Amino acid sequence: MPELGKYADTVILAYVVSLALIFGLVALTWVQNRRAKRLLNAQEANHGK
Amino acid sequence: MSLWEYANPVKFMRLTGRLLPFLCVLTAVSLATGIIWGFFGTPDDYKQGSTVKIIFIHVPAATMAVSAWFMMLVTSLIWLIRRHHISALAAKAAAPIGLTLTLIALGTGAIWGKPMWGTYWAWDPRLTSFLILAVFYLGYIALWKAVEDNDTAADLTSILCMVGSVFAFLSRYAVNFWNQGLHQGASIAVNKEQHVDNAYIYPLFLSFAGFFLLFVTLVFVRTRTEIRLRRAAALQARSL
Repeated sequence: MPELGKYADTVILAYVVSLALIFGLVALTWVQNRRAKRLLNAQEANHGK
Repeated sequence: MSLWEYANPVKFMRLTGRLLPFLCVLTAVSLATGIIWGFFGTPDDYKQGSTVKIIFIHVPAATMAVSAWFMMLVTSLIWLIRRHHISALAAKAAAPIGLTLTLIALGTGAIWGKPMWGTYWAWDPRLTSFLILAVFYLGYIALWKAVEDNDTAADLTSILCMVGSVFAFLSRYAVNFWNQGLHQGASIAVNKEQHVDNAYIYPLFLSFAGFFLLFVTLVFVRTRTEIRLRRAAALQARSL
């Protein structure tokens, strides 16, 4: 861990908030993509492709 | 071969399906290296102390937040002029990414601003235009959800995108128009004296590359999601 001095809380908070938003967006994108793939597969199966 | 061929959903899915594994690896490597290098491997600034490390997230996120809106403008214009569905779906796919990047830029800016400016927020031209940009992103996403007919939604959101481009442009260049704000001008620019030390510039460029690749990768994945949802809806409608 680097020596962040008196601004440690500020720097860590900025990184935690940003990484949480990035990981949240990536997770949401992945979940929505999986759901869409499943839905399309089910529809194509119903229609015999 | 013409670029317009990739407006065909099948070709788009095939091409992006091949590119995405490489893009995912490149994104993860460049983003992780840029951020880890910036956080662990850079010295404190003589004025800002360790808060200077926030630039490795704040500056690339802010740049990409504005660039995302301009990408949406281009794809919206393509939709309005040539009626390629992929371009409308790509604009729709980019909006939540742009909103997230805008929130990161606003959040990290506020967190940095408290110890450096003595306040989380000021009605400074750049800060204010960025806040309005965030509201435009929200409005754009809401408009897509509110209109049932896909083509009408694409038309209306394209027009909203053109209006919002004024604020995207202002958020990028506001500090050049009005100099009375708290926010400083660009530290890195082509044909300009460099204001950033080499100790910061390399991790910053890597972080820029990481955020750019993250945006491209997520736009591809989200556009593929939209194409699949459209196809599933078309099949469902056919069975009714």
